[in-house]
Amino acid sequence: MKYILLIYSEEGVWPPDELEVARDESVQLCHKLSEQGQYLGAAPLHPVSTATCVRVRDGNRTVSDGPYAETKEQLAGYFLIDVADLDEAIGVAARIPGTTHGTTEIRPIVELPGLP
Amino acid sequence: MEPLQFEQIYRNESRKVFATLVRLLGDFDLAEEGTHEAFAAAMQHWPEQGTPANTTSWLISAGRFKVVDMLRRRARMSELQPELVRRISEIEASNQSMADQDIQDDRLRLIFTCCHPAIDPKVQVPLTLREVCGLTTEEIAHAYLMTPSSMAQRIVRGKAKIRDARIPYVIPSLNDLPERLDPVLSVIYLVFNEGYSASSGESLTRVDLSDEAIRLARLLVELLPDPEAAGLLALMLLHESRRAARVNCVGDIVLLEDQDRTLWNQGFIAEGKRLVEHALRSRRFGVYTIQAAISAVHADAKLPSETDWAQIVALYDVLMRADASPVVELNRAVAIAMRDDIASGLSIIDAILSRGELQDYYLAHSARGEFLRRLGKNAEAKSAFATALSLAKQEPEQRFLRQKLSSINAT
Repeated sequence: MKYILLIYSEEGVWPPDELEVARDESVQLCHKLSEQGQYLGAAPLHPVSTATCVRVRDGNRTVSDGPYAETKEQLAGYFLIDVADLDEAIGVAARIPGTTHGTTEIRPIVELPGLP
Repeated sequence: MEPLQFEQIYRNESRKVFATLVRLLGDFDLAEEGTHEAFAAAMQHWPEQGTPANTTSWLISAGRFKVVDMLRRRARMSELQPELVRRISEIEASNQSMADQDIQDDRLRLIFTCCHPAIDPKVQVPLTLREVCGLTTEEIAHAYLMTPSSMAQRIVRGKAKIRDARIPYVIPSLNDLPERLDPVLSVIYLVFNEGYSASSGESLTRVDLSDEAIRLARLLVELLPDPEAAGLLALMLLHESRRAARVNCVGDIVLLEDQDRTLWNQGFIAEGKRLVEHALRSRRFGVYTIQAAISAVHADAKLPSETDWAQIVALYDVLMRADASPVVELNRAVAIAMRDDIASGLSIIDAILSRGELQDYYLAHSARGEFLRRLGKNAEAKSAFATALSLAKQEPEQRFLRQKLSSINAT
């Protein structure tokens, strides 16, 4: 079963040196998941000041600056994993360094047939 | 076979059969259909062929074959969808191993699944009543004063979460057990309180809720030797022992000190006390056990004047250390008033209220009113009871407070 783990946190909550350690730990976690065949992908995101939103309505495209929602906690990164069930996904989420400073939302993935 | 005998088997077996079919089929709705089909088959075959020696495993096999047949038919109609075929072979493989211990454990798995922390607490309660206890959606809706359709929506939402997020159907590891047992115990206690606190109108169905909660806790204690689960069962049995005494013939509340103690159910008290002692000896008990111990001290007093208030205050001190809350503090204040003097209890209640806590809790104002009345401060007592009356939600509570008010006016 595939899950995406969405890490939400307040931007700037990590002191720069701790952030570096957290990123190293995240990379290690990815390797451990990969050894167990549970890793599909993961990445931190640039801050929401770099975000761009696009909408298409009646064929017209609108592009605007900023994130989809102006909230205190923003999407900061994700893990894409393949595990047996929700309990295993919760176990992985609890090991993500970002979960100690924010909230990780677990969403089961709908697997469409016929994808490339 | 007598219809009555069959009904008895249905009552004893249907939830066990359902729980095992959930594990074998991995789907609540299929398991429900399978259970239904199994009993239909039993009704047809048992009168001719005799009741099998092991009714549970007969019913489980019958249910599973019916479902596999049904899935095969569906698979053919849908041109052998690979998903369905995979499911059928999974079911057949898992059917190879089916020990009795597994069947026992299946009900426990089901409780942990329905009370998984990933499920909305508002959904955990009805889902457990529906799937583990086998109450109908209508019965649950009636007990919670909701329409069957909105209750059905909650249950459907819970089942969809289990299926789509793939909440596993397992007994948690020893490591996770404390975290996972908490919501199970709180669901059981919520069900019990819903049944216990109602004292008029819907009382008949609501008594059933208390029975269901006690039945669930018994099952939990039987399958999982955890001291706090035993403590919760003890607490509920000790509360339940006073049911006949806590409301009089016209439905009015009778306070603990005014209750006719000969009406207390001694069987429940004895069982509750045995469980409390067992839980306390384990030294791994929690807040339910401590509350049960307090209730057991009351149960020991043949007359209100024989109550060991010093022991009760000591237990409230333990409870405050384990789980401090303004409500516990209020109860402790009442115990202190009884052990020492009314004024000491009153000053604790005043301190809680002046901190801004329990302002909306009618029992805080009601206790304060009673203490003021006993101290002869009638005007202040009246205003405290009036505040309590404005906050009380249930009919019997309001009647009780109105009587208090008129008795002060009469003096």
